[in-house]
Amino acid sequence: MSEFAVDVRGVSKRFRLAHGQYNTVKERIIHGGRRKATEDFWALSDVSLTVQQGETVGILGRNGSGKSTLLKCICGVLQPTKGEVAVHGKLAGLLELGAGFQMDLTGRENIYLNGSLLGMSKREVDRAFDAIVDFSELEGFIDGPVKFYSSGMTVRLGFAVAVNVDPDVLVIDEVLAVGDERFQRKCLDRVKQFQQEGRTILLVTHSPDQVRAICDRGIVLSHGNLVAEGEPGEATRIFRERLMAEGGGMAVVDPAVVAVPATPGSLGSLDAVGSLDSLGADASPDTERPVRLRSVHRVYSGDNAVPYMRTGDDLTIRVEFEALYPTEDVVFSLEIRSEGGDILMRTDTSIIGTQIDAQPGTGVMHFGIVDMPLLDGSFTFAVGIQSRSGILYDWKETAGSFEVMNPGRATGSVHMKVHAALISSEGAAATGALAQPS
Amino acid sequence: MALDVPAQPSDAGRRLKEAGEEQVPDRSPMAAQAFGADARAARRATGTRIVTPTTSVRKRLKEIWLSRELLVYLVRTEIKVKYKNSVLGLVWSMVAPAMTLAIYFVVFQIVLGNKQPNFVIFLFAGLLLWNLFQLGVLTGTGVVVNNAGIVKKVSFPREILSLAAVGSACVFFFFQAIVLVIFLIALHSSPDWSYLPVLLFALVTGIVLASAIAVLLSAINVYLRDTQHLIEVILTAWFWACPIVYAYQSNIAAKLGPRSLTWVYFLNPMVPLVLSFQRCIYAHPTTYAHGVTYDVLPTKGMLWYVGLDAAVLGIAVALFLIALAVFGRLEGNFAEEL
Repeated sequence: MSEFAVDVRGVSKRFRLAHGQYNTVKERIIHGGRRKATEDFWALSDVSLTVQQGETVGILGRNGSGKSTLLKCICGVLQPTKGEVAVHGKLAGLLELGAGFQMDLTGRENIYLNGSLLGMSKREVDRAFDAIVDFSELEGFIDGPVKFYSSGMTVRLGFAVAVNVDPDVLVIDEVLAVGDERFQRKCLDRVKQFQQEGRTILLVTHSPDQVRAICDRGIVLSHGNLVAEGEPGEATRIFRERLMAEGGGMAVVDPAVVAVPATPGSLGSLDAVGSLDSLGADASPDTERPVRLRSVHRVYSGDNAVPYMRTGDDLTIRVEFEALYPTEDVVFSLEIRSEGGDILMRTDTSIIGTQIDAQPGTGVMHFGIVDMPLLDGSFTFAVGIQSRSGILYDWKETAGSFEVMNPGRATGSVHMKVHAALISSEGAAATGALAQPS
Repeated sequence: MALDVPAQPSDAGRRLKEAGEEQVPDRSPMAAQAFGADARAARRATGTRIVTPTTSVRKRLKEIWLSRELLVYLVRTEIKVKYKNSVLGLVWSMVAPAMTLAIYFVVFQIVLGNKQPNFVIFLFAGLLLWNLFQLGVLTGTGVVVNNAGIVKKVSFPREILSLAAVGSACVFFFFQAIVLVIFLIALHSSPDWSYLPVLLFALVTGIVLASAIAVLLSAINVYLRDTQHLIEVILTAWFWACPIVYAYQSNIAAKLGPRSLTWVYFLNPMVPLVLSFQRCIYAHPTTYAHGVTYDVLPTKGMLWYVGLDAAVLGIAVALFLIALAVFGRLEGNFAEEL
């Protein structure tokens, strides 16, 4: 059925950015009753979007791209400056969990208050009450004041009330990122249950993985414009591209990208990689450092037009070094780290089994990573030079970074080749097999 | 795959620019009308909710009516929170007015030698209504700013917050009325029961008036935070402009009447309401003191009171509708101003 659940029709939202507002009568009078020169800022410009019933749509965008403004307009918390939003059926917005909780009241009283704020009647809350308490896991505390709850408990209660509003359309603004991991999973399970029940879900998230995992469709907002709409994988890809293209923000922009076209060995490329000289300062004196790093670049094997690589592509890390005198058995090491700083892999040329003897002057060596197994994310790498016996010659902690985009639908961190086959579907046998712990 | 990606960054920039130019003239009524027609049809058929730049007053009234249960919860919450962890609880809502009453009684009856019989009842009758009005307007004005957390995150008719403030003032009114009944019994003073409907009519009018002012000021207060302080000052002056601690007929009518200026006094919409309360509860338009007969209240018939109250009700209802319209216009930017 192609009945819409949410229809956003040419919605624009203007904010007036006043640089210090005149909010008191005195200030207004002093400044001739006018407000200080205001600057119009269009948080949304002419956004149109139709969400069909039963669809799950993920909205991606950087901070300040207008995601939350759009959700607020859909929920009716903000009124659009222009255009309108039609919502078909009952809508529950989770813009903030536990908004409107009265700290002095008990959990029970707050369930009724919050429920009625979200548009439930007393009878509806009565009916949902046990389910709410059950979901929030607060049986023992429900008659205690909310001010004695931990933040996690408050959030749980807020989510429990919101999902029990029994909405046709559920609007979620990044609230799935709160609570402990187990509760997050519980929330996600609930969201999936909503999907199965054919309800409509609109989800704002920073995490492209979530869009890929849950959504039927992805939408990318940028500077208040709807810039892309499509399959989750495609939307995710475009979102990442935008992040990279716009720079700053959450994206890790690799200086080595700039360095690649520069002449190897020139001062420019040295600068671009970072002040290697200052790095060496805390290492040993020159005489004990016969081999030093000059610059480190990373080269994607695939399409050079995009500032990221795809899972399964090859990656080459090009290390330019400089030797003061002939040195035998130089060991180059490589560390790959996740965004969080965890070491995903550490290896060196001695482990790989490549013998490197450095001659005076400059040299180049490559680390090649074949068939990148990592899924989405940005990663950093460190490169070091040391002697066979372990004397550190040079080390660059963050030598560069690379971005991986997963073109498939799998989520997580590592790509594993997984096969699936149905072995038997005969009732007893199948359930028996499933029940066995693997 | 329905991908709508601008081919070049300049494309996106152009779109942004165009949008900016188009939207400077504030609202396009054409688009709104075009959507309005089929939107109304859709809503009738399926219960679709439409979020538009402005909401009509009729729709606001309907939404308030649909949220009446929330109103009850908010009133209950406000009272519960106010007296949480206090031993006497709601008794406090009676102690403060009782103190005011005692002070006025001492000052006017004993210090200034006002010889009006049963002056306490007279005072109480006026104060009862005034306390409702004052508390409702005062708390109702600050309520949107004070509940910024909910206003910014939850969608509900925000006027409810102001109405809840007036609602909780009504609850306190009820408790004070109980105290008044005790006074009436203790002083063997009987109200004029025939005027009870007039009192109830005046009470309803007072509630509507307080709601109208509270809704109007709560929205203005978001943009001009002085409103809250200003209204405190105005209410103090307003109190003395009402015949609460002094009798209307012997003090005002006697002085303004000869110059035909009583109408000026009646520009204050609270005057007829206070007089109606006094007429019912105090019940003696004419009293005797020290062998002298004099009028305390207008010695007009019931119709005079009802007529004036009805006029005030008309004004109050009109003001309430205006308040809703103003609230609706200002509401759109609450979330960014708070």
